[in-house]
Amino acid sequence: MSTIVSLPDARGHFGPYGGRFVPETLMYPLEELTAAYLAAREDPEFQRELRELLRTYVGRPTPLFFARRLTAHLGGAKVYLKREDLCHTGAHKINNALGQALLAKRMGKTRVIAETGAGQHGVATATACALLGLQCVIYMGTEDMRRQALNVFRMELLGAEVRGVEAGSRTLKDAISEALRDWVTHVETTHYLLGSVLGPHPYPMIVRDFQSLIGRETRQQILESEGRLPDVLVACVGGGSNAIGLFYEFLAEPGVRLIGVEAGGCGGALGQHAARFAGGRPGVLHGTYTYVLQDEDGQIALTHSVAAGLDYAAVGPEHAYWRDQGRIEYVSVSDQEALEAFQLLARVEGILPALESAHALAYVCRLAPAMHPDQILIVNLSGRGDKDVQTVAEQLARERAERGAARP
Amino acid sequence: MSRIRERFDALRRAGRKGFIPYLTAGDPDPETTVRLIRELEASGADLVELGVPFSDPIADGPIIQRASERALRRGTRLRDCLDIVAEVRRHSSIPIVLFSYLNPLLQFGLERLAAEMTSVGVDGVLATDLVPEEAEDFCRLMRARGIETIFLVAPTSPDRRIAEIVRAASGFIYVVSRTGVTGTREHLSEAMRPTVERVRRYTDLPVAVGFGISRPEHVRETWRYADAAVVGSALVQEIERRLGRPDLVARVGRFARWLKSGEGDIAD
Repeated sequence: MSTIVSLPDARGHFGPYGGRFVPETLMYPLEELTAAYLAAREDPEFQRELRELLRTYVGRPTPLFFARRLTAHLGGAKVYLKREDLCHTGAHKINNALGQALLAKRMGKTRVIAETGAGQHGVATATACALLGLQCVIYMGTEDMRRQALNVFRMELLGAEVRGVEAGSRTLKDAISEALRDWVTHVETTHYLLGSVLGPHPYPMIVRDFQSLIGRETRQQILESEGRLPDVLVACVGGGSNAIGLFYEFLAEPGVRLIGVEAGGCGGALGQHAARFAGGRPGVLHGTYTYVLQDEDGQIALTHSVAAGLDYAAVGPEHAYWRDQGRIEYVSVSDQEALEAFQLLARVEGILPALESAHALAYVCRLAPAMHPDQILIVNLSGRGDKDVQTVAEQLARERAERGAARP
Repeated sequence: MSRIRERFDALRRAGRKGFIPYLTAGDPDPETTVRLIRELEASGADLVELGVPFSDPIADGPIIQRASERALRRGTRLRDCLDIVAEVRRHSSIPIVLFSYLNPLLQFGLERLAAEMTSVGVDGVLATDLVPEEAEDFCRLMRARGIETIFLVAPTSPDRRIAEIVRAASGFIYVVSRTGVTGTREHLSEAMRPTVERVRRYTDLPVAVGFGISRPEHVRETWRYADAAVVGSALVQEIERRLGRPDLVARVGRFARWLKSGEGDIAD
């Protein structure tokens, strides 16, 4: 356990990964943020305020739900769903957004900026800022704005300004670049509220800590319902905040298998997926050293996933570390498998999962049937799928058209 | 002694200040970059910063972002940047510093890169997103080949950080005049002078200032405090304006002379 709690080291390294790879202008603000966070972490008043908001505003603890019909359908391990989709705003992102927004206020910042891919982190940040009276600007790739139009409108209703980013692939990667440019320009007044376990130290640590209550609740809940720890935990991995949030509590439990599911997209070639551990290699993107999808010359690759929240070229540095250690396994599932899992959960459990979370479910559909009925599998249902209904409708219509065309 | 130190020593002896243009390599194509460097040298450049195009330039504003995109579309990679320097070196001994984001350098391999830079005649390297804390191997490998390692100091850098930066740095110190990304500005930042003065307390290395220097009066103001002024976005914008025109190289030279001297006509 001691090796686990001591990560990252003082300079933000997880083994060879992590660190701070940023322009000098951001170094002092990152040092300030680290000091402010470490002080807040030890401050009972800060922790009490956050806990109270998580209980009364977010609706925590979220339930651990035994998916009886899904279990029967898959015919293997007992499948439990950790219902982060029931958090206020519909995803786990609010846990971190509230924590960091409180921290921003404590630091005397009046303005908050954030990036968003699927829009869930943007909505969570806009919500936290509305609650705490902070000015809020959200950067979002214009391709993602198209895919997640509903979330754009939600952010605006919450009083945030959504700035479209036209550069590059016009997705999460470009939104983060633009948010970093804003931060480097307005660093005196502004807190950059990063949404995943990515970026320069201290972000991977801060976001992990704010999300790790998912795993702590899960441990207590599964002990209450089953009297023992689970055999397998499964979560999707974009940057990897919902996954590390669930896994962190169990890293020191060798009997619990931990599996992260990346986006396999629509093919194995560079540009068709976002499976960093399958097709990437270590490099630097957005302030951290980790596995990155890139070409031979170190130019960052374009990525693809049907799930905007997984569509990113780098993975959190702590994931890179635990992958090298062999403690967390990483697999990938395709767009197609995720879409099927999305529909399956809707039909057998009456729950629309986010397409991101549907990746984790899709792997459960592969894994659970091969497991014994006495075994327990918990999947992090990190977000709800209302935002994805339009995307799923388009994909299904396309499939039907293709099937129709293929018919003799 | 490196070409960079020789140049700054010569400037100091002559009681003059340095003029450092920045170009993105391969914007709009490698052949033009070679011609531009020679033209800039003829127009009074004391050192050239050659930008390595990168897909995700987080420290750059729109002008240099677009230059990077143009260069990448033409397929300009780090190898081509080195080839550009090799070509320039057939006729010129102007000091050249590679200005890059870290990842293309890392993926090329730092040891191999240091060897190649020495062999083509690159004099120094600055990685925008590399700070001394993470640069131990980098500095060791570059210094072993006689490549100067240049680092940024920002207005937000406390004295404690400046002390650490000057220990890792060689060649010169690059002071960022303002918090923010690269780009043209109407006015110089008031943060420049105190930042330069703080750096002077920790080192005798020459100090160059960049970010936002866009006009002859900015250059002259910078020269009052620093040893050299870096002009990037304003020059790259001039390239962008002249894209596809036969007089592109000549016009950029004229623009550089105007920046340096405040004289000449830069209108169309």
